[in-house]
Amino acid sequence: MRTSRIFQLSLKTSALLAASVLFFIVFFLICESAPLLSKVGFSAFFELNWHPLDGEYSLSAMLVGSLVVAFGAVIVATPLGIMVALFGQFYAPEKLAKAYLTMIELLAGVPSVVYGFWGLTILVPWITLWAPPGASVLAGIIVLAMMILPLVVLTSDAALSSVPRKYLTSAQALGLSRWGIIYRLALPIATPGIISGVILQSGRALGETMAVLMVTGNVVQIPSSWFQPVRTLTANIALEMAYAVGDHRQALFMSGTVLLLLTIIIVALAHYALKERRA
Amino acid sequence: MRKKGFWQILLVTVMLITLSACERSNALKITLTGSSTIAPLMMEFGRAFEKLHPHTRIDVQTGGSSRGIEDTRAGLADIGMVSRPLTNTEGDLIAHTVAYDGISLIINKTNPVSVLSDEQIIAIYQGKVNNWQTVGGPDQEITVVNKAEGRSTLELFLKYFKLQNKQIKADIIIGDNQQGIKTVAGNLWAIAYVSIGSAEYEEQHGSAIKLLGVGGKTASTKSVKQGYYPLSRPLNIVTKGAPQGLKKEFIDFAQSSQVVDLVNQQYFISIVTP
Repeated sequence: MRTSRIFQLSLKTSALLAASVLFFIVFFLICESAPLLSKVGFSAFFELNWHPLDGEYSLSAMLVGSLVVAFGAVIVATPLGIMVALFGQFYAPEKLAKAYLTMIELLAGVPSVVYGFWGLTILVPWITLWAPPGASVLAGIIVLAMMILPLVVLTSDAALSSVPRKYLTSAQALGLSRWGIIYRLALPIATPGIISGVILQSGRALGETMAVLMVTGNVVQIPSSWFQPVRTLTANIALEMAYAVGDHRQALFMSGTVLLLLTIIIVALAHYALKERRA
Repeated sequence: MRKKGFWQILLVTVMLITLSACERSNALKITLTGSSTIAPLMMEFGRAFEKLHPHTRIDVQTGGSSRGIEDTRAGLADIGMVSRPLTNTEGDLIAHTVAYDGISLIINKTNPVSVLSDEQIIAIYQGKVNNWQTVGGPDQEITVVNKAEGRSTLELFLKYFKLQNKQIKADIIIGDNQQGIKTVAGNLWAIAYVSIGSAEYEEQHGSAIKLLGVGGKTASTKSVKQGYYPLSRPLNIVTKGAPQGLKKEFIDFAQSSQVVDLVNQQYFISIVTP
């Protein structure tokens, strides 16, 4: 009796701790960026250019950079990931599927900086041959897509395997083709699961720092082609934080605040969309 | 079982925190403030020094060279960190050079260009020249690599060439020296600038880069050490009056051959001649 109460208490404490981390982070970011915010106003972060040492703090170009690279990666990785998961669930022989999934799991565990390093030493020089300077939106999208692909596969696979076996065998007995089963039955049932997986991955893509920093060139501009360099909000913080002081430092905290807001908006939108679908 | 484990961990944590607090309060402390270029180096020195002298603590804080000067004068810091020579108005302080920092331009090894004048470098970084043909190379577009704002290498580079960061038209912006070296090694027509120490090390260990000096001088750790390479600066720690006691021990340690490895690890150039 006593033990179970203590257990319950520790569960509650952990839950509270985990939830309060978010509040502490938001509080911290706002506190750190507030002095500059009150000095130059919110609109200053979306005007002019990024020259923090000369009092120009626009984050617009980097906001666009983050969105383009992250969503480019999600758009590339999602269909690929779903197809791979379908292959594992419905087409591959069971043994192969198992081995294949284990391999994907291992791939999901490769640290992001390794992808970045590969991008910097192999991918970027390769793109340079076609379209210098090579470090570009495209390189960022490819590296990020490769990073999130294994996770899209794993979440889609989990969603597909939670489709009740009964339904599949019944459909088979009714004479539906394999593609018919997938398209009419398995995919619609698994969609909410697949979507929440994709949302998680968009969050990860937006937040990825090192791999992106190494391959996107980090020039602050709104890109006009896939081959132009771009800087993301996360790369901005990582590049400049080490030596930033005063207003410059606060402007970097503002980058973090904007990024967090962006993530919150995306997650909220996705939840709303998911709810509408289920209703 | 679960309960017991939790309390044990809590107890041990509390004990450890108390213990460490205890040790700190008894320690002899040296406070350093100033240049963020020197700070990482001093932190490494501090760690090594603390190991040799238990019960001492080296506290390093950044804030720029001018803060180092002010704090040392006001007695807020025991030692200031200043990443330039002292000026005439700063004669009340004594500078102790602990290392040198120099910048070299780097290009890919396959690039036939072997020398660039300062004017050509300025034109390239301003985007006025964007083809290697103009400066005696093949007909290829130049990829200009610049450093991120706030980096000390950028600051030194801009100061030497009398440029504003706004004037620079970069194709790629990088963070640390390694990223610059990897970028140039992978891009035949790129040009970047990095710390001489790291560039020389990478060139000798097979990276496909070559060093270009500025002001008609060869870029090497040797030319920086001998003092005739223009794009370089001394990294000084300064004291008010001659240092004594523990402070003197630390400064002697910072200038000794014991720290050569630590200096090299940060890609600075040691003052100790082998």
